[in-house]
Amino acid sequence: MAKEPTTPSQTIGPFFHPALDRAGWSDLTSAGARGDRIAVEGRVLDGDGQPCDDALIEMWQANAAGKYAHPDDPQPEDRLDAGFLGFGRALTAGDGRYRFKTIRPGRVPGPGGVLQAPHINLAIFARGLLGRLCTRLYFADERSNGDDPVLASIADPVARRTLLAIPQPAGGEGIVYRFDIVLQGQGETAFFDV
Amino acid sequence: MTVRYAKPLPGAQPPLLHPAYRSTLKRAPLRPPLRLEQGLSEITGPGFTSGWAGPSETDLTRAATGEAMGQRIVVTGRLLDGDGRPIRQGLVELWQCNAAGRYLHEKDQHDAPVDPHFTGVGRTLTDANGEYRFLTIKPGAYPWSNADNGWRPAHIHFSLFGPAYATRLITQMYFPGDPLLEHDPIFHSVPDEAARRRLVSIYDPDLSQPGFALGYRFDIVLRGRDSTPFGM
Repeated sequence: MAKEPTTPSQTIGPFFHPALDRAGWSDLTSAGARGDRIAVEGRVLDGDGQPCDDALIEMWQANAAGKYAHPDDPQPEDRLDAGFLGFGRALTAGDGRYRFKTIRPGRVPGPGGVLQAPHINLAIFARGLLGRLCTRLYFADERSNGDDPVLASIADPVARRTLLAIPQPAGGEGIVYRFDIVLQGQGETAFFDV
Repeated sequence: MTVRYAKPLPGAQPPLLHPAYRSTLKRAPLRPPLRLEQGLSEITGPGFTSGWAGPSETDLTRAATGEAMGQRIVVTGRLLDGDGRPIRQGLVELWQCNAAGRYLHEKDQHDAPVDPHFTGVGRTLTDANGEYRFLTIKPGAYPWSNADNGWRPAHIHFSLFGPAYATRLITQMYFPGDPLLEHDPIFHSVPDEAARRRLVSIYDPDLSQPGFALGYRFDIVLRGRDSTPFGM
């Protein structure tokens, strides 16, 4: 067990924008990342289906080769991409919409060495959330989803489907995936105890 | 060998649904979170050593246009892991209202003056000892619509990155002796009293600067590595 008690979480509140809205942080490709360019967009909705215009979403993902830019990822260093950190941040607008530009991540080994399907880790903070919500975005058009141990661990198919980002009709550079985040109630997104 | 991050102790973190804080009623998920075995996706996280998070801003009391109004305070502390070890090069971001209790934010309609010389925004990386240090203005209390005549105690918002996605934390720092703390549903969302006290900074006369600023210490502990052997 850890010896020092952890500092408790508190809500981000509604007034974080001047501090946390950082120019360019919603575009993970700006340093010239390798891989297939994609966009991820969607809305954050509350238990009444109303848009949340004061949510912050953070993205953490592996690069196109499936490696995280972090010393605790033991995969070979030659899989690193100097042009890709893997972290992004976006804020919801008045209609609850957020949008990221990134690249499609590669497959990352999971516990026991089983390859996971490509996924993006998403964390949600908002007024009214006393702690961070964590979920995973998977790609609805990805063949390896059927082999993914985390998806397989979710017994309820309705909950499992909330993790699938839906490719939108083509237009512009790269595929646009739609991923709505429902905080509560009907269609509630599956969140994880990370 | 396998890195894992410890779960919080019972009562040490707020529940997502806390009806006294009314905004949780329509935003807290109804289903319990799904269990997830930590793997590479959770034990890794962004690093900020390359400087891409931008230059530090640690003096909030001076804008190019002039000096902020209010009581100058030093806010300093250490960013630690669960074993008490310093977290170096951790990104610390903070924001707060001004001395009159008003945020520089379009949604803040509280009838209190905006201070044109105070943005209330700071950021820095922790040093080799895990320390951060800001010079700022003591924030005021402000009313909020959660309850009739409800007032938030003075607080500073902190956003923190430790070594991993699993250690990310956003919290609030409060001030010792604030009578509003006992009435604040956000502060009281943390069930355990000892855990709540960790949100209250400590006045430290040794940090005060003679004739200039009062000093407050606020150490922040992020989730530590779980040393329980794998599979035991």
